[in-house]
This record gives sequence, C-alpha cells and structure tokens, in this order.
Amino acid sequence: MTGIREQPRASVSAGRPFKALYAGNASSVMQRGWLATRSTNWLVVVSGFFEPIFYLLSLGIGLGSLVGNVTAADGHDIPYAAFIAPGLLATAAMNGAIYDSTWNVFFKMRFAKLYEGMLSTSLGPLDVALGEIGLALARGALYALGFMVVMQVLGLNLSWWAIAALPAVLLVAFGFASFGMGITSYMTSFQQMDLINIVMLPMFLLSATFYPLSVYPEPVQWVIQALPLWQGVELIRGLTTGVVGVGLLWHVLYYLVMILLGLILTTRRLRALFLD
Amino acid sequence: MPGPVITATKLVKKYKDFAAVDGISFQVAPGESFGLLGPNGAGKSTTMRMVGAVSTRTSGDLEILGLDPNAFGPEIRSQLGVVPQTDNLDTELRVRENLMVYGRYFGLPRAAVAARASELLEFAQLADKAKAKVDDLSGGMKRRLTIARALINEPRILLLDEPTTGLDPQARHILWDRLFRLKEQGTTLVLTTHYMDEAEQLCDRLVVVDKGRIMAEGSPAALIREYSSREVLEVRFGSERNADAATRLAGIGDRIEVLPDRILVYSSDGEAELARITELGLHPITSLVRRSSLEDVFLRLTGRSLIE
Repeated sequence: MTGIREQPRASVSAGRPFKALYAGNASSVMQRGWLATRSTNWLVVVSGFFEPIFYLLSLGIGLGSLVGNVTAADGHDIPYAAFIAPGLLATAAMNGAIYDSTWNVFFKMRFAKLYEGMLSTSLGPLDVALGEIGLALARGALYALGFMVVMQVLGLNLSWWAIAALPAVLLVAFGFASFGMGITSYMTSFQQMDLINIVMLPMFLLSATFYPLSVYPEPVQWVIQALPLWQGVELIRGLTTGVVGVGLLWHVLYYLVMILLGLILTTRRLRALFLD
Repeated sequence: MPGPVITATKLVKKYKDFAAVDGISFQVAPGESFGLLGPNGAGKSTTMRMVGAVSTRTSGDLEILGLDPNAFGPEIRSQLGVVPQTDNLDTELRVRENLMVYGRYFGLPRAAVAARASELLEFAQLADKAKAKVDDLSGGMKRRLTIARALINEPRILLLDEPTTGLDPQARHILWDRLFRLKEQGTTLVLTTHYMDEAEQLCDRLVVVDKGRIMAEGSPAALIREYSSREVLEVRFGSERNADAATRLAGIGDRIEVLPDRILVYSSDGEAELARITELGLHPITSLVRRSSLEDVFLRLTGRSLIE
C-alpha cells in the first residue's frame, strides 16, 4: 500500500498536558459536521431560521401596533419592533447554538458513539469541543445574518453600529454553545434533556426580551441581570439601536468568561468520559 | 531483533475497588499477531483501551511504540488503528465519506486520504458500496468498513476488539481472510476474542486471560500441548446419568472433565478410551473424538468454559 507520510516522532515539549488535549485539528471535526448537515439535517437548519422571524412579525409588527413606541436606554422613543428585534436576534443565536450543542451532541455522545471514534484518532477532546462549537457558531451566524437582513428591510436597525451586532451575536452563540455542550455531557436520558428546555423558555420570555428591565422590582432585576441571555440582549440592543457606551464592554467580558468556563468544562468532561 | 512495540508490565486498571485488569504483563513484537483470549468480563477490552491510549492505567508500566500513553496519547493514537467491539461508524455519512473524514481526523492531506480510501475500499471488498449509507450495510460489511477505517492512517499496530463477534460464519471467514492478508503484509495485530478457532487461525501467540490476570501464555499449539492432551473424547450419557457415569469413568484417560451435559476424556488416543468405556459396560448415547482446542486449555486453567 502507498506510504502517506513519515510518522512524526513525538517530541517532548513544555506544553505537554495541553498537547494531550488539543491537536490543532478542530477543523476536521467541523468539516465532518458540514458533510453530515448537508446530507441529513438541512431541514432542521431551515426551520430554526424562520422561527425568530415569525416572532418578529407577530409580536413586533402585530403587537407593536398596539404598544406604539417605547423609551430606549438613552431616553429616545423607538418603535416597539426595533426594541424587541435585538432581543429576538440574541435569542435566535442562543437557540441555534443550544440546539447544536445539546441535542445534537447528546445524540452523538450517547447513541452514535461518534466521539469515541474521534478520540481514538490523534484528535484531543478540545479539538472535538472546538469543532462542534465552531459548527454551532457557524449556524448561529447564518441565522443572525438572515435575521439582520430582515431587520434592515423593516427599518429596525437604527444605527450603523448594528453591523457590530453580527460579531456580538457570535460571541453570544459561543458562550451558549460551549456551556451547552459541557452540561449535555452530564445528561444520560431524554428526560434529563428536557431540563434544558425548562431553563431556556423562561429565560427567553423573562430576560427583558419583550419589555424593559425596569418593570421588575430591584431584587428581581439582579437575578435577570445575572442570566446570560439578558447580557446578550442588552449588548445587541445597544448596538442595533445605537445606544453605545463603554458599559457594553461588561457584557462582552461576561461572555468571554462564560466561553472560557464552558470550554474548560466541556474539555474536562470529554476527557473524563472518553479518555478515562 | 527490533524491540517490542508494546510492553506492559504489571498493568492494573481499577474501577473503584474492582480491578478489571489485575497485574498483566506481556510484550508484543513488531509484525507479530498477538491475542488476548478469555471470557466476557475477563479484562480484555479494558486492556485494549489502555493499549489504545484512551484509558489511563491505575498502576504498572505501559509503553506503546516506545512512548508512555499517559503523556503521549495523541502521538500514540496517530500510529494505531482501532476496531472497537461495537461498530462506531458515522451513520450520518456515506461509506466512502467515513474513510475520508476519519483520515482527516489524523490531520492527513486530503489527496493522500482520497487515494488511500480507494485502496481500502478495494481491500475491504466495498468498492461498489462507496456511496451507500452505512445503515444499509450488512453486519459483516460494517465490520470490514470499520477495519478499513482503522487502516486509513497506515497504523503500525492494529487493535481489534472481538472482531467477529455477532457475525455469521461466512462473514467471519471473509473477515479472517482480510486480517490474514494484513498479517502477511507485516501489520502488527493485537486482538481479543472468546472464540478459540479465531485465536488459532489468527494468533502467533496469545495469553489466556481470566478475572484480569494472565493464566497462560504461548502459541496456540504450545498451549494445547502443555495444558491438554492430543485428543479429546466427548461422551454423553444424558443429563440424568451423566454424574453417575462420571464416577465410574475414574482411571480412564489422562484426565476427565465433567460438564453438565457431557464428559470430556483427555487422552492421546480417544478411540482406545472409548473402547475401554464400552468394556466397562457403559454405553454413551453419543461419542465424539476430536483434537484438543484452546477451549480445553481454558477449561483446564479455569475450570470454566469460555462461552457461558
């Protein structure tokens, strides 16, 4: 049989513990995902794309005609649809990332034994985590881009800052995807997987998505502010409505920490499950 | 002679208090075909996972291709081919895509993987199934695809965990033929099995494993010579008379094993022993003289059958 290459002899380097976790080849995991999505899952991808758009049309345009204007953070009046659209955008990013990193991952982990196969190659757990999360991000970006085009058409992007909402959406998706995958690794049954929905739905409805945070009494506000979706909604709302200040960086920091913790959790769990 | 590709020394794997592998030592030479023979739960798969650098040992030493799997997992895995006990093919991908994607996991260039995938589909006799869905393949085809996949990185060692369990006889023979070719090409094979015919066909040397320990080691022929007689006479008297007949057979043959449904008489001449039994006035319902197998070795060593 043909020779492919010289086998690289291992060299001992200072980064040894890290090398056992990461082979720098997350892209092969992503390529696998594209190939699989192309052949089997495209319908799910399409349905996830339209969900937030229906919300925007029914609540933003429909309900919005009753509500009229709301007051933005800087005191200006903005249309209700422009108020909730960034909330829906953040939620779409969250849902896309969560679907890929929870249900998809759960299936691959428990039934398809996909990761077992991957981890008997030279891939490390961090390659698998980054590859799967990268795929979730790509999908989140696709949803976000489509939704933002709809927002633009409806005149709901009130500032040029809205362009920055796109990377912000990726940040939000990254945070949810890395945590979602880590948490999914603890799940052993479909019943437990339903817990994820039990957390996601109230978070979607209550995170100042449809009304300002100020409607809550102060102690409740603190709780809401601690939730990741509120952080994402505020960040993206600031950008699409053009109310931009240094304060937005706190939301960015929140997500950077969330991403880091999520990646650590996921990598450790993959290692414990498949490389014990 | 080149050094061994695998050296295990007093290898132990404990899950809480239970020792799945309890002090196993063995070496595998390059190009050798080495088997771990034992019943289910003997610790074979756990040993294979440690050798495959996907499970860390509790104690003892392990060297694969000169490297310690605790520190060099990815480097070792890049030079291994793994055929797990249950197929874990990617069912969302087609047959050829399975090979392509797996090759990419090793970081190999796409063109090289493509060429290799075509060769391996030929080798696995799956060339006409390249575009088929994995779920549409038969059990034997899936197994061959798993083996082809394990060869995509041109591994120096191929690890096979129960390669033919669950396959029908024809599919097993096709698979053995493929594995035998690999062996002829000089691939180092390490396999676990609880089929003695498989061990006899494929293994140059094997260890008999039971309860996480090695009971014996040697070539199949040497093990049979050492632990069994040349021939075995199997006699059946019916389940009710079995135990009674066994007491009257004392002194017949070199050794006797009484199983619930039959009695095994170990001897260099089975026919002669059968004649003596008839002289005693005992008339077995059925009798059979056969050559000793590894099953007899296992029975001798552990007092139990391989497949229970």
